[in-house]
This record gives sequence, structure tokens and C-alpha cells, in this order.
Amino acid sequence: MAVVALQAIRKSFGGRPVLAGIDIALAQGELVSLLGPSGCGKTTLLRILAGFERPDAGTVRLDGRDITALAANRRNMGMVFQSYSLFPNLDATDNVRFGPRVRGVPRAEQSRRAEHLLELVGLGGHRHKFPHQLSGGQQQRVALARALAVQPDVLLLDEPLSALDAKVRAQLRSEIRRIQRETGVTTVFVTHDQEEALSISDRVAVMNEGRMLQVASPAAIYREPADAFVARFIGAGAVLSGRADGPAVRVGAVALPAAAAAGHPAGTAVELFLRPEHVRLDPAATPPSGALAAEIRELTFFGSLTRVRLALDGIADSEAWADVASDRADGFQPGLRVWASWDAAAPRVLARV
Amino acid sequence: MPALLARAVPWLFVAAFLAFVAAFMLAPMVTVLVQAVWGDHGPTLAYVRQLGEYRYATAFANSLILSAAAAAVGVVGGGLLAYALLRPGAPGWLRSAMTSFSAVAANFAGVPLAFAFISTLGTLGLLTAQLKRLGIDIYGLGFSLYSLGGLTLTYAYFQVPLMLIIITPALRGLRAEWRDAAENLGATVWQYWWRVGLPVLWPSLLAAFVLLFGNAFSAYATPYALTAGNIQLVPTEISNVLSGNVMESPQLGAALAAGMIVVMTAVLLVYWLAARKAARWRR
Amino acid sequence: MSARLGPVAVLAIVLGIVFFLTPLIVTFAFSLWEGGDRYGFAAYRSLVGDPDLWASLLLSLRLAAETMLLGMVLLVPSMIFVHLKAPGLKPLFEFIAALPFVVPAIALVAGLSALYTGPAWLIGTPNYLVIPYFFLALPYAYRAIDVGLSAIDVRTLTDAAHSLGAGWGQVFRLVLLPNLSTALLGATLLTLTIVMGEFTFASVLLFKTFAVYINDTGSSKVTEAAALSLLSFVITWAAMLGVLLTGRNTTDLGGTH
Repeated sequence: MAVVALQAIRKSFGGRPVLAGIDIALAQGELVSLLGPSGCGKTTLLRILAGFERPDAGTVRLDGRDITALAANRRNMGMVFQSYSLFPNLDATDNVRFGPRVRGVPRAEQSRRAEHLLELVGLGGHRHKFPHQLSGGQQQRVALARALAVQPDVLLLDEPLSALDAKVRAQLRSEIRRIQRETGVTTVFVTHDQEEALSISDRVAVMNEGRMLQVASPAAIYREPADAFVARFIGAGAVLSGRADGPAVRVGAVALPAAAAAGHPAGTAVELFLRPEHVRLDPAATPPSGALAAEIRELTFFGSLTRVRLALDGIADSEAWADVASDRADGFQPGLRVWASWDAAAPRVLARV
Repeated sequence: MPALLARAVPWLFVAAFLAFVAAFMLAPMVTVLVQAVWGDHGPTLAYVRQLGEYRYATAFANSLILSAAAAAVGVVGGGLLAYALLRPGAPGWLRSAMTSFSAVAANFAGVPLAFAFISTLGTLGLLTAQLKRLGIDIYGLGFSLYSLGGLTLTYAYFQVPLMLIIITPALRGLRAEWRDAAENLGATVWQYWWRVGLPVLWPSLLAAFVLLFGNAFSAYATPYALTAGNIQLVPTEISNVLSGNVMESPQLGAALAAGMIVVMTAVLLVYWLAARKAARWRR
Repeated sequence: MSARLGPVAVLAIVLGIVFFLTPLIVTFAFSLWEGGDRYGFAAYRSLVGDPDLWASLLLSLRLAAETMLLGMVLLVPSMIFVHLKAPGLKPLFEFIAALPFVVPAIALVAGLSALYTGPAWLIGTPNYLVIPYFFLALPYAYRAIDVGLSAIDVRTLTDAAHSLGAGWGQVFRLVLLPNLSTALLGATLLTLTIVMGEFTFASVLLFKTFAVYINDTGSSKVTEAAALSLLSFVITWAAMLGVLLTGRNTTDLGGTH
């Protein structure tokens, strides 16, 4: 059963619609990411859930109860902000105790929770440090412990990692997931970082311009994007516009193999999405069957993988990518002629809007 | 040796400044402190004891009460006004108009300010007369511009704007996230202010109070023009001694001045101790 | 982000506006009073025709200019040198800049008149006032210049000028002063407002500056006093407008009272 449900949420600021009818429900213990570019409405949606904003229309339900009109301080939701949200005049322990304290939880219980939660986030040794004595990552850990101290029905994370260094970010990300699993708290995680969303979530909700485009598991979002925006926004890859032509997409004189194109009436405008890991490169002189001639334009070294940017012959300004194991990319260099091929089942084909 | 000279020139400037300060600031200050305890026949506490006389004890009491009241009015009034102007709903033009007006009003003091208030709320003031016509006799109700209350009201005209100017940066430093976080954790508005907002502002409020206190304590022109000596205040008593309006020895003036220096030093000392404690979480 | 003001905020703003504007408006109305039911500009006409007004105004302006000059010679170079060569002296300078706060103007007058009874060329002319005025303006001027110095990289500028062959005089004239011009202008205008409004020293030491003139006139002629109050407000306003327009630096705008 859904713990949290947002139904037909609408909100505009100064006549500009920010949320245009959002529906989403979370099951108990689930971690759902709201993913989208800045300005897509994800933070507003989170603030509506927290009670900081009132929607123009629609309802917010918690365990089936309508809480749309309930003030933020009467909801039982713990929130972690982007940064600088710790109370600077209180040390780590008192920050964590703040929630229980204002709710009238007995002192002994406040202290017990603070001790336990600071231990849980790995800051047992920093209980009496003030926020300015803690690093950015440690501050966010305290903020997490503080949000959990009220034993929230829902945990709300508003880009909690975006102000941190890359290394700390990756580490804290997996810790948030661990803690979330341990506590079993239903969680909404707002981010603009797709890697973050894909790696941490049970489900990812992709938003753009105030609409919910797709809500699905990370694998499904990556493999089967529901529309062109999601396909473009998630992961890397080539986007080629053409017309459906049997089991291929025709761009000018070139036919790109794509079994999925058969599902579209011949001649309709479509877009073909091709992930780099599906593209094989062959420098041999004779073309393998179904391969297209291409030229290497650029190589980017990623350690075990090398990503190759290609220009396909016969398609002006075309860009495609192929991931090659680095130890097999030795002879590759810009300007080299290669044959590019892929499984016809690999590309995703979506009607062009 | 031009090179040596070139290197000495900067130090000559610094030395000149320090000498000037020593001659015209420190020396007079020391003179006042020494004179206060030095009679015609050697050291004496007679003048310091004289400060205990009714007239001078009253002057010190009045000065302290007035300064504390004027500082409190300034801190509360200016603080609330600054806070109100920083709320998201306040129009931007009003905010900048008030800020620039405050810069003027904080410096608009002394004789002109006293006259402006006399013209407005004095016994013959226009507002007093208008209110009387409406049936409200403010002097009959116990108000007087020439009382400590009236002085406090007049001082508020420069204290409130001064507070607005000095507290605005501190108020801007209160992050919206703290308020949201507190609310999210279940705190009411009052709980937020009590446990977070005010403690964070406390060092700034303390500093502002001390500045406003000193500002009011040393004010001379405003009470001089307003009360013409009807209310004893330390600065006006000193000027009475200095200008020979009262038949007292100059040492008494020195003792009064020394008393002011001691009060201000004590205030700063208390502030320093309190601020260290209040800002514990900062460093 | 509710865009509405709470009742407390609205009340504070309305009360603030009423409190600030009432004395100004009423004083203006009062200054137009010509006795009975007649209103007009008689007070202003009588003031403009009073040679004492112009004499006292000129004296105050002259003293302001002299105080600024003294500050330029005594304060600015030594502050720059301390900033550059002897940062260890900075706490001492901070202490000195705070002294006028501990020693109220009237106490300083008491000390000065006890200590210096001569020579006549020093204490017998209004120029004597420049000395206490310097200290009166010191905290504000110090703050303004300090902000200005922190905002530019004095060391690099000075080193660059020296390496190009400039002497100290040229460094000052061609490099530092132009770069500090905003801060210096701010300090100058603050000094101007402080000196124009200063009453304590002039009154005790018996010199007829603008503020003393206002007091003397006001004791006998009430409507002229109101007119002068407004004039003084306008002068303060003009100087502060100058500070606000030139200085985007965060100077503490406080004065002497």
C-alpha cells in the first residue's frame, strides 16, 4: 500500500506553471528519486510534500490521510537540505536532539536517539563539535541524523550531495542508501544528477517542465526510456533523426538497422537512440555484414573503457559513440576509418515529437 | 642617504599619527583620570566622593537609565523594522528608501534634531497643538518632551536608524534553511526564534546594544538643546563645570569625565566577556 | 515563500514610517508659520539675510575641510604603511580607532581644556577644533578606509609600482590614492556630516560653528530654528547620498550625537 501519494498536484508561481498535474505514490520503505534538470519542478514538489508550499490543486496523502492543508511543523517528515541547514549555534548532538526536543520527547530519550543516530552516520566521535568545525560531508551526515531523529514517516532529501566533492559525494551516497535500508524509512531523493539517481533508487521519477515523464526502476529508465527527453537526459548515446523504414531507420541514403522501427508506420518521423556500449568497431578493410562506414573523431580515456566519438559516412554532422575496452583501443586515433555495427535489437526507436 | 631616508619616511608618518594620538587623545584622557584624584595638595578622593552628592549621583543615574532605555528602544525598534523590511513580502523600493533614509537619520542628531522635536511635540509644538484640538492633551496626560521619556523618544530618532543599519547584515545572515529545517522538525515560529534565531543573532544584538548605549551616553547636544539643563545628565553637568555655570573646581569636571570613561570601559568589558560566551559556537 | 507580510511586519513598517516622517513634516509646517493664521517663507527669508548664518556655515565647512586634510596627512598614509609593512601594529590602530567611543566628546573636551592652556595661536582660534574633530571622525573614517584597504591588493600594487621604478611619493599619488578613492570619498563625506553637526566642542570652547548658530538662533526664534533643522537635515542627506552613491563598501554610517 502506498505510504505517500501525491495526486494531480498543480502549482504556479506568479502565473507561471511549475507543476502541471503530478501523480506519484511511494510504497513503504521505498526510495524514489525525483530526477530532472534545474527548474523542472522537483524541488517545488518536495517542498509541497514537506508542507512548505501549498499546491494550487491536488492532494497529498499520508497513509491514506489527506494532509494537503497540514502545516509543515505538524507533519512527520524529516528533511535534509542542500547545505548550511545545521543550526550553527548548536553542536552535533543538540542539532540532532532539536526535533525530539521541540516535540516534547523526554530528555533521556532525546539523548539516546542522538547518540544512536550519530553513531549510525559514523560521527560517534564528533558529538560535541559545532557545525563550522565539521566538513561539508560531516555536516550532511549530522543533517541526516537530525532528520531521522524525529522518526519520520517520510525522509525528504533535497539535493543533499550537490555541494560536496565528487569523492565524498559517492561515499555518502552509498551510506545514505545503507542507512535508508537499515531504518526502512520511505524516502524521496531530489537530484539533478542522473548517476546519483540511478545508483541509489528503487525507482526513478524523471521530471521535466513540471511534468512526470516516467517513473520506473533505474534499469528500465536506462534501457527503455519512455520518451525522447528521458532518452536524451539519461545516459550517453547517439540520437539520430530519420524515418521508419521496415526494421531500419533511414537517414538520407543510409539505413540504420533497428528492429524496433518496424513498430512504426513506414515513413513516420522517428528518432533512434543508440547507447555507446552497443556499438562495435572494426578497423578491418572489409566490412562485416550490416556495418556502416565511419571515421573516428575523438577518443576519451575512462580507465578500463575508452569512449570513441564517430562520424557516420553519409549523414552530415552525425555523432555516435562507441565504448571500447581500453586495451583494444591501442591503434585507434582520430581520422582512422572504421566499420561500426550493432545488434538490430539494441537501438530504441521513438516517434519524433 | 636617500635610500635610508626613503625607508624612514613611512615610519615618520606612523610616528606622527601615534604622537598626535598620544598628545591629544591619551594625554587628555590621562589628565582627566589623574585630575580626578589629585587636588591642590596632592592625591585626594574628595572629588570622587563628590560624585556621590545627590546632584551628581542623579546625573549618573539619569544618564545610565536614559542610555539603557534609548539603546533598548533602538535595538527592539530598529531590529523589528530591519526584520520586517527583509521579509520576502516587503517591497524592494521601500527597503532601499528606508536604508538610505536611515543613513541620514542616524547622523541627524544634536541641536537640529532637538529643535525638530520641539517644533513637533514641545509644549508649543504643532502636533501637540493639533492633538489638543482633537481633545488629546498629551501634556495633561503626563507626557513631556523635556523628561527622560521625551529624551528617549527623541534619541530613538537616531538610534532606530542606526540599529537598522548595523543589524541588517546580521539578519541577512540568518539562512532560510534554518527556519525551514526547524519548521520541518516540528518547531513553532517561537521555538525557532528562541532556540535558533535569537541565539545566532545574540552576539550581534549585544554589540549593537553596546554601540547604541555608548551613542546615547555621550550625547550632549540633543539633551542640551532639548532640556536646557532641566534634567541632570553627566555630559551637561561637565559642561556646566567647564563653562563656569556652577561654582565648582575643574577637578570635579575631571572626576565626572573620568566617571564617564570608567562607565564606558566597564560596559565594553562586560560586553567583551558576554560576547566571548555568546559567540562560543563561532570559533 | 509566501509573498505576504505578517501583521507584526506591517505594523513595524507603518509605525517606522510614521515615526520617521512626522517630525520632518510637522517641522516643515512649523517653519512656515508666521504667527496667527499666516503661513509663508518669512523664516527662510530672514535666515538667508542673516550674515551670521553664512559666517557659521562657512566656518563649519572650513573646519570640515581642515579635518579631512588632517586625516589625509595623518591617518591615510600611516594606515597604508601599517597595512603593508607592520600588520603587527594593526591591533594598536584598532584600539586607537575605538578610543573615541570610550572617551565621550565632553570628556575629551574636559581633558583638552585642562591640559592645554596655550599657546594662543593654537587654542585661541577655531582651528583648534580640528583636533577633537579628527578624533570624532576617527572611528568612522578608520572603518571606511580599512574596508577600502582590504578590498584592494595593496601589496601587489605597491610592489608592482616599485619594480617599475616609482618612489613612495609616486606610489601614493599615482597608484594607491586613485585605487582608494571610493573609500577616501566615503571617509571624507562621513567626516563632513560629523563636523557639520558637531556641537559639543564648539559650544564648550565657545566657537560659533553652524550647530552653535542653530542653537543660538533657535533659542530666540522658534520658526527659524525649525527651518534651520530642516536645512541641516538636507545637508546631512546630501552628504549621505554622496556616501551611498560612491561607496558600495559597507561603511558603518553612524555619527556623533
